[in-house]
Amino acid sequence: MEALHEFLIAPFTEFAFMQRGLLGAVLLSLSACPIGVFLMLRRMSLTGDAMAHAILPGAAAGFLLYGLQIVPMTIGGLLAGAIVALGAGAVSRLTVQKEDASMAAFYLISLALGVTMVSLRGSSVDLMHVLFGTVLALNNDALSLIGIVAVVTLASLGLFWRALVAECLDPLFLRSVSKLGSPVHFIFLGLVVLNLVAGFQALGTLLSVGLMVLPAAAARFWTQRVETMAMLAVGFGLVSSVSGLLLSYHAALPSGPAIILSTGCLYFVSVLFGPRGLLATRRPRPAHRIA
Amino acid sequence: MAAPCITFSDLTLGYNSHPAVHHLSGVVRKGSLTAVVGANGSGKSTLMKGVVGMLKPMVGSVTVTPGTRVAYLPQQSELDRTFPARVVDLVSLGLWPKRGLLGRHTAQDRAAVSEALMAVGLEGFEQRPIDTLSGGQLQRALFARVLVQDAELILLDEPFNAIDARTMTDLIALIKRWHGENRTVMVVVHDLDLVRTHFPEALLLARAPIAWGEAKSALAAENLLRARQFHEAWDETAPWCASHDEHDHGHGHGHGHDHHAHGDGHHHHAHESAEPVARKGAA
Repeated sequence: MEALHEFLIAPFTEFAFMQRGLLGAVLLSLSACPIGVFLMLRRMSLTGDAMAHAILPGAAAGFLLYGLQIVPMTIGGLLAGAIVALGAGAVSRLTVQKEDASMAAFYLISLALGVTMVSLRGSSVDLMHVLFGTVLALNNDALSLIGIVAVVTLASLGLFWRALVAECLDPLFLRSVSKLGSPVHFIFLGLVVLNLVAGFQALGTLLSVGLMVLPAAAARFWTQRVETMAMLAVGFGLVSSVSGLLLSYHAALPSGPAIILSTGCLYFVSVLFGPRGLLATRRPRPAHRIA
Repeated sequence: MAAPCITFSDLTLGYNSHPAVHHLSGVVRKGSLTAVVGANGSGKSTLMKGVVGMLKPMVGSVTVTPGTRVAYLPQQSELDRTFPARVVDLVSLGLWPKRGLLGRHTAQDRAAVSEALMAVGLEGFEQRPIDTLSGGQLQRALFARVLVQDAELILLDEPFNAIDARTMTDLIALIKRWHGENRTVMVVVHDLDLVRTHFPEALLLARAPIAWGEAKSALAAENLLRARQFHEAWDETAPWCASHDEHDHGHGHGHGHDHHAHGDGHHHHAHESAEPVARKGAA
């Protein structure tokens, strides 16, 4: 019992940096995981990845101008993300090009710009900061930002839930009964960017998308309801946050990747053992019903 | 004569300066049941999109009487059947006009959804995931959604595609029920016998309107022959339609069946729709 406490609880009670890391990861799970569910249901999981790359030049610009400071990096990231999301969205809506191609074009340009900017002045250590974050070094500013993003995200999800579901399920129908069809798509992309920006302090640009996509992808194997799926994704996110931080603490691993690897484990477990996973759907059935 | 529900005035709809519906004028009366007939590419679906407002007219206008609740069932549904939703979730979307984004779905609403499912023969299907439905069952569910929408104007684009005879009979009974409730219904249909048997009125399109009026006379052999000569393809070298200026100056070119001209065998302004591309001067 003592050992269990030592292993699971003590790291969080004894070290402030672990508490802050946990708080950040928990807040991030609350907001990013439901967003990830909609991302997945819209077949946009890879878009999340693209957007995570897209915010890099903005964050890099803030970093180059003001150093490792939350406000400029956040504003920069938001701007870059908004430009890429709106640009790719506009090209796909106004021309023949589909959104996958326009998104790829915009994010590649953005990523190249970002890497160029970082390499102009920074060292590779700087680049690692931006790319992989520092969950164990979250300051008050970063925590407040993540908190605000979580509140905004959950409020928007509550407000637009019905429209988000309708837009995924039958976009043409939504357009025929409401003017919300296009706006809700951009609101959603905005939330994606917001959560990625919130996540990059804790997990870095490259990994913040992991906490968004992986729990959602895992939750898909367990349920047939969007509401349940979103809650389950949050649950997976929370579990991974705790286990990832513990893994990071005990094995002296970088915290961001440790959290994402934890969700990765949950994902593989779900693929195999979920009621809609491999074992349940592929096992041979000797008998069948008559109707 | 009943009040107008939809008014087309010199309506031309299309894509990239190629018209898909060419100079359509006339009135769809409130409470009428109209079949929209024509070959593939003759502008039927485009006309529906124009009425719902998803496509802006190139020339002219289409006006739905203000305050009319519209239900539109497109031919190419963008419905994502892999989405984790149950039949009841799909049909409840029909509550949107009534409850909108935030309105609570009441017990009465839920009863309306169950009632609609019963009316389309899907009683007890509430909890079924939509990815387990057959094509016919899905179409029934979509009709249930239209029922729930409780619309005054109902637009159905080829609702009988790939639908078996029994389902079709049930769906036609629903359409007739709507007609009986004095709702305005427009249905894109390919089966001419079906139109003659079940639809009081028909609009025959071949990009330009060929005939519009009482179904049997609108589908008379001579009209069908003229419609068949319609050329589907875009013609990149087709001359520009000269009719814009003249049409804009209020020539009385009412193509409307309110004139019932076609039904009597008169063809207003000699629409030479037999031309490969119906770009011709006005009458």
